[in-house]
Amino acid sequence: MSKAVSQEEQVPAIRLQHITKRFGSVVANDDVSLSVAHGQILSVLGENGSGKTTLMNMIAGIYFPDHGQIFVDGKEVLIRSPKDAFRYGIGMIHQHFKLVDVFSATENIVLGLDEAERFSLKRSAGRVREITAQYGFELDPDKKIYEMSVSEKQTVEIIKVLYRGADILILDEPTAVLTPQETQKLFAVLRRMRDSGKAIIIITHKLNEVLSLSDRVAVLCKGKYIGTVNTAETSESELTEMMVGKKVDLNIERSEPKDSVDRLTVEGISCKNREGTELLHDISFTARSGEILGIAGIAGSGQRELLEAIAGLQHVDGKILYLNPKTGQTDNLRDKTPMQIRELGVRLSFVPEDRLGMGLVGNMDIVDNIMLRSYKKGKSVFLERKKPRSLAEKIIKELEVVTPSANTPVRRLSGGNVQKVLVGREIAASPTVLMAAYPVRGLDINASFTIYNLLNQQKENGVAVIFVGEDLDVLLALCDRIMVISSGRISGTVDARTATKEEIGLLMTKNAAAPEPEGGAADGNA
Amino acid sequence: METHKPKEPLFRIAKRDSIVWWKAWGIRAAAILAALVFSGLVAFLLTKENPLKIYATMLDGAFGTQRRIWGLLQNLAMLLCVSVAVTPAFKMRFWNIGAEGQVLVGGLASAACMILLGDQLPNAVLLLVIAAVSILAGALWAVIPAFFRAHWQTNETLFTLMMNYIAIQLVAFFVYKWSVPKGSGQVGVINRATHAGWLPAIGKYDYLLNILIVAVITAFMYIYLKYSKHGYEIAVVGESENTARYIGIPVKKVIIRTMLISGALCGIAGMLLVSGTDHTISRDTAAGRGFTAIMVSWLAKFNPVFMVLTSFLIVFLQKGATEISTAFALNESFSEIITGIIIFFIIGCEFFIQYTVRFREKEAAK
Repeated sequence: MSKAVSQEEQVPAIRLQHITKRFGSVVANDDVSLSVAHGQILSVLGENGSGKTTLMNMIAGIYFPDHGQIFVDGKEVLIRSPKDAFRYGIGMIHQHFKLVDVFSATENIVLGLDEAERFSLKRSAGRVREITAQYGFELDPDKKIYEMSVSEKQTVEIIKVLYRGADILILDEPTAVLTPQETQKLFAVLRRMRDSGKAIIIITHKLNEVLSLSDRVAVLCKGKYIGTVNTAETSESELTEMMVGKKVDLNIERSEPKDSVDRLTVEGISCKNREGTELLHDISFTARSGEILGIAGIAGSGQRELLEAIAGLQHVDGKILYLNPKTGQTDNLRDKTPMQIRELGVRLSFVPEDRLGMGLVGNMDIVDNIMLRSYKKGKSVFLERKKPRSLAEKIIKELEVVTPSANTPVRRLSGGNVQKVLVGREIAASPTVLMAAYPVRGLDINASFTIYNLLNQQKENGVAVIFVGEDLDVLLALCDRIMVISSGRISGTVDARTATKEEIGLLMTKNAAAPEPEGGAADGNA
Repeated sequence: METHKPKEPLFRIAKRDSIVWWKAWGIRAAAILAALVFSGLVAFLLTKENPLKIYATMLDGAFGTQRRIWGLLQNLAMLLCVSVAVTPAFKMRFWNIGAEGQVLVGGLASAACMILLGDQLPNAVLLLVIAAVSILAGALWAVIPAFFRAHWQTNETLFTLMMNYIAIQLVAFFVYKWSVPKGSGQVGVINRATHAGWLPAIGKYDYLLNILIVAVITAFMYIYLKYSKHGYEIAVVGESENTARYIGIPVKKVIIRTMLISGALCGIAGMLLVSGTDHTISRDTAAGRGFTAIMVSWLAKFNPVFMVLTSFLIVFLQKGATEISTAFALNESFSEIITGIIIFFIIGCEFFIQYTVRFREKEAAK
């Protein structure tokens, strides 16, 4: 590690200067400057939406910066396409793998290469073997992609980049999909690559990984470049502070919860995805009436699965108990379909993250979208559009939805208006539990405050509100309690009136996944 | 500060947000006009005949005599029936390429009833049995792929396509078995003497009952899709299966139910063809309508009422083009060329309804 730091004075492998990138009115990167030397690992740290991936995409030739310069080995370069990036020896390993399932590792690695010599799969496989041996990867070049684990697929992606002669490697959240053991192996390989002189940039938000792997850390916060520090001279708390930024007062009104009772009790729910990776692990919590429970966490930590499990869209183990205020009965909602949940008399409303892909039908008009929740009512085989129409008109008026008419397809509305239609419909069902996933994402200030007010009204009406958010300032100002999840586990629950941003930031980045007891001691048994 | 901006291309293509209805119909009318001019030109170059004469022949082929008008209406009804039948499936974005087979097995079931039960049941009962069995056969042919799609995500396009070949081979087998005289490879007119199992003529109009049945089916489908809860569910599943799941629509059930209806209507089409029109069965009974219907349905944007127009257009073209071939002693291919040109223009104009072409603005304009 010390070797890398001592090379500080050499010409950096890649240097960004005053890079700015805007998407419309949103500034994704604002005057960012950073550099990495050969034989060095740089972590780029930041919350969701802080602009890490945008920045890296500009190095990889996917976006082109609005302002600023990029230098490779001291020379200014223009990177207009991924092909240009390759020419300058830059290779990016994306979060989502781009591999052909029915091809072998070698075939995927050489795919699209334009080699001067005659193509020989055997020779290519030989080179792949050389690379695996050199850096200590574990990979069978003839194995087909569909037979591979996630970690093996990632290995193929890395070798693909090395095979093309990359000297500067960018990895976008490489550990998000890996088990702790696989992460350790990946880090070993990355260290070996560093020692052989490669410059490595890794995007991450896991602090412990940052500290154990990288030589330097660059921190971004809301698109702004905060600074770069040497890992050896920093600490978790300093990094968290840089990452979450200063507290901003939002002036959201917050009342004290009144007559709170336990409405929804989740007991020990767990679930796995098809690859067998645990998405939720032993989650237990209670949502109380007249209270807003915030859920904080890095995106993809299990928030979606958790809400979908409660809404009846995701199979889980454990219990989801609902106390019916009318009958006083407790029902277990686990593995019930949304229809069955409604038939039980559970008034559960859900504003999903994917508004037009799940909550609404983009090509249908506002009336038909309002009808989604209620179309089934009544015995008639025909639809009743009168009430949905007047409800649609009421929502348009009360929430100030900007639309030509109630017959306009919702996909033509702007993001904020789409969300108003969705939230309006979910609230119109007079729920007892209201779940909202990132309800203000992409909304402007005014629309955001409309949504906060609606949530607050619901709270005062005695609804148990569950709010999944990403902006810590909002969570702290709006919620009563905040539950933090990290890698599918609850890493802590705090009182939103007293907690600090740093406290939540630390909980969010805490690697809650304890090493699995079975394979615990195993370290190098290949 | 980036000044090396590439020059804007001369024109670019942008998606329209929406289009007023009269503009859309104007574009369509222009397309038909352009198609007529172009096909007239092609016809003139190939035959050296006066294009106006060619168009007149076309009209004559479709409307020239009362008999031709009836033939046109009958053909229109049959194509419309199959088009309406495939519509709920396509509205659900279930790629039912198997209407051809579903129509064929419906027809086969009709023929089987006519041949096997022809002498044994009173005609009214026989007709009811024919209807029931044809509907069941068509529905069965459609529900098999639907079941596999709903439960195991098999590809419905391939599945329904393959089912066509099974249907064709089944028909080939029975045509051989029932052929009169034995070994001739043709079934001939079934129950020529007794007319058992023939759909009755209303008054002196042979095909009127067919046309009425199709009109009822079309009206039913229009109402079903637009005003019923089932129709709403079909639309939601078609637009977004995720939303359907979120709202609690039983997606599997909707897929199977919709394909049952789609297949049943194809079965009815088969019955109308065998028991109502041809009174015989062959591998060509469906005559490609199962595929043409897909185009008719999409062109009409899944609106059964518009389908009357689109299927009229296609049938008119087919009839007219055939007449041109005979009148000018040209072979079949010529009529197909003309039909092809016109359909190309009609489908092609949808591009200009969905998209608009913007030309580069003059520098001075800025």
